[in-house]
Amino acid sequence: MDLPINAFTSAYEINIDVPARLERAIAIQHLGVQYRSVQALRDITLTLEPGRLVGVIGPNGAGKSTLLQAMLGLVPVTHGSVNYHGKPLASQLDKIAYVPQRSQVDWTYPATVWDVVMMGRIRQAGWFRSFSASSRRTAEAALERVGMSAYRDRPIGQLSGGQQQRVFLARALTQQAEIYCFDEPFIGIDQRTEAVMFEVFRELADAEKHVMVVNHDLGDAIAHFDDLILLNTELIASGTRRQVLTRDHLYAAYGGKVAFFSGEAA
Amino acid sequence: MDVLLEPLQYGFMQRSLIVAVLVGLICAVVGSYLMVQRLALLGDAISHSVLPGLAIAFMIGANIFVGAFIAGVLSTMAIAWIRTRSPIKEDAAMGIVFSACFALGITLITLIQRDNKIDLNHFLFGNILGVSVAEVWQTALISLLVLVVVKLLYKELLFYTFDPVGAQAAGLPTNLLNFGLMVLIALTIVASMKSVGVILVLALLITPGATAYLLVNRLHQVMLLGAAIGIIASTSGMYLSYFYNLPSGPAIVLVVSGLFGLALLFSPTHGVLTNPQPSLQEPKVWRELKGLLGRH
Ligand SMILES: Nc1ncnc2c1ncn2[C@@H]1O[C@H](COP(=O)(O)OP(=O)(O)OP(=O)(O)O)[C@@H](O)[C@H]1O
Ligand SMILES: [Mg+2]
Repeated sequence: MDLPINAFTSAYEINIDVPARLERAIAIQHLGVQYRSVQALRDITLTLEPGRLVGVIGPNGAGKSTLLQAMLGLVPVTHGSVNYHGKPLASQLDKIAYVPQRSQVDWTYPATVWDVVMMGRIRQAGWFRSFSASSRRTAEAALERVGMSAYRDRPIGQLSGGQQQRVFLARALTQQAEIYCFDEPFIGIDQRTEAVMFEVFRELADAEKHVMVVNHDLGDAIAHFDDLILLNTELIASGTRRQVLTRDHLYAAYGGKVAFFSGEAA
Repeated sequence: MDVLLEPLQYGFMQRSLIVAVLVGLICAVVGSYLMVQRLALLGDAISHSVLPGLAIAFMIGANIFVGAFIAGVLSTMAIAWIRTRSPIKEDAAMGIVFSACFALGITLITLIQRDNKIDLNHFLFGNILGVSVAEVWQTALISLLVLVVVKLLYKELLFYTFDPVGAQAAGLPTNLLNFGLMVLIALTIVASMKSVGVILVLALLITPGATAYLLVNRLHQVMLLGAAIGIIASTSGMYLSYFYNLPSGPAIVLVVSGLFGLALLFSPTHGVLTNPQPSLQEPKVWRELKGLLGRH
C-alpha cells in the first residue's frame, strides 16, 4: 500500500501543538504476524495520534484482533515494531487498557462486579499492597460512568451480556490508561449500551487518549469514528472516515460484496 | 465431648489434630484456585506424580518431601511442554503424564518395599495417626509459606485465574504467576500426602471449595468457608480413623463429600431441594425417548 505513513497527521488539527502530539503517537512499522501457516498481518505501517476515535474494520479473519494483540505483545510479532514514546509499546503495558472478546473469561467465576472492576487497579496498586482509597474512588467513578453502580455487589454470573460488557468497560476506565483498545465491544448489546459506550469513547478521545475499537459492522455506528483503519491482512487504507470509505477501498477489502453506510461513500 | 477430647491426651493424637487442621486449611485455599480454573484434573495429575520423586528420594536417602515436591513441579512442566510442543490437548497431556508417573512410582515403591519397612499404603491412602514430630513441623512450615504467598499475591492471582489474557495485557507476569500457583499446589499436596494420601488428596483440594461455591459468591469467601469445611472434614476423618481403625484418607473424603452433598441439596441459592426445577419431574432422556418412539 502506498498510502502516506502519516495519513492521520495529514490535514487536521494544525492548531494543536504538532510535535507534542507526534511524540505521543503510536508508530507501527512494517508489522507482520504469522501464525504457524497463516499470515494474519503483513507489512502494516501506521501512525496513530492521540485524541482520535479510531475504528478498526475489515472482513472476518482480516487480522483486526491480531493487530490489537500484536500491539500488546499478546501474539508473537514476526516482523516490524510498535513503538510508543520511542520505546516498544509491549514493554509499557501499564499504559494500555485492553478489553478482549467477551467469550474468553469464565462468567461463573466467584467474583462480584466490584472485584472485576478493581482488577483494573492491580498494576497501579503494586505488588503485595492493598488498594488505596483513591483506587477505590476511581473504580466507583468508572462504575458510575457506565451506569452499573447499582450492580456493584452482584455476582458476575448474574449479569446480562450487555452488562458484562459495561463491567469490562468500567474495568478499562479504572486502569486510567493512555491507550484504550476494545475488541468487538458491540457484539450482542442494545442501542442504549452502545450509545453509552460511544459516549465514553468520545470522552476518552477528548481527553487526548488513544482509542482503538475493532468493529466489523459497517452500519450507522461507523459514523461515530473519526478515523478508520481498513484491514485485510494488509493495510487497505487508513485515515479519516471519508478517506477510507471509498468504493475502491471497500472493494479491495471485502471483494465487492458490501453495502456500506450510505452517506459516506465517495 | 469427652469422647472427642479424651484421645487428645495422646501425643500422636495431638500431632494428628495439628496436621489435620493445617491440611484441611491449605488444601481448601489452594484447591479453590484449581476449582475456579477448571483444573481439577491438574490436582490429580500432580498428586499422582509425586510418587516417583518420593521413592527416588527414599532410595538415595534424601528428604522424601523434597523429592515429592520436585517430582510434582516437574510433572506440571512436562504437561505444559507436551501441550505447547504438540497438538495434544491439556487434559490428555495430564492423563498421560500422571498415569506414567504413578506407574513409575508404584513400581519403584514396590521394589523398595521388598527390603525396607516403608508402607506404600500410607502414601496412597494416608495415615494421619502416624505423623511424626518432624512431619508436623514440615507441614506447619509449608502451610505458613502457602498462606503467606496466597495472602500476598491474592489480587494478582484473582486477576490471573479469572482472566489470564486480561492479566497478561495489563502487564502482569502471567507465566510466573502460573508457575507460582503450580508450586503452591505441589507444596500443598506434599504437605497432605501423609494425612489423605495421594490418591484422594484431590477430594480435599476440590470438594471444600466446590461446597463453599454453592453458598457464597466471592473468591475469598469461597476460600474461607472452604477452609472451615476442609478443617471440619479432616478432623472428623481423623477421629473416624482413630475410633474405627480406618485409613484416614478415605475417612476424610467421605466426610467432605457428605458435606458437599448437603450443600448440593440445601444451598439457599443453588440447592436441588431448595430450588426445585420443574424439568426434574420428567427426566429429559425419558422425554426424548418417548418423542422418538412416538414418531415411528
Ligand atoms: N491463535 C491462532 N492460531 C492460528 N491462526 C490464527 C489464530 N488467531 C487468528 N488466526 C488467523 O489469523 C487470521 C486473522 O485473525 P483475527 O482473529 O485477527 O481476525 P479478525 O479480523 O479479528 O476476524 P473477526 O472479524 O472474525 O474477529 C485469520 O485467518 C485467523 O484464521
Ligand atoms: Mg476478531
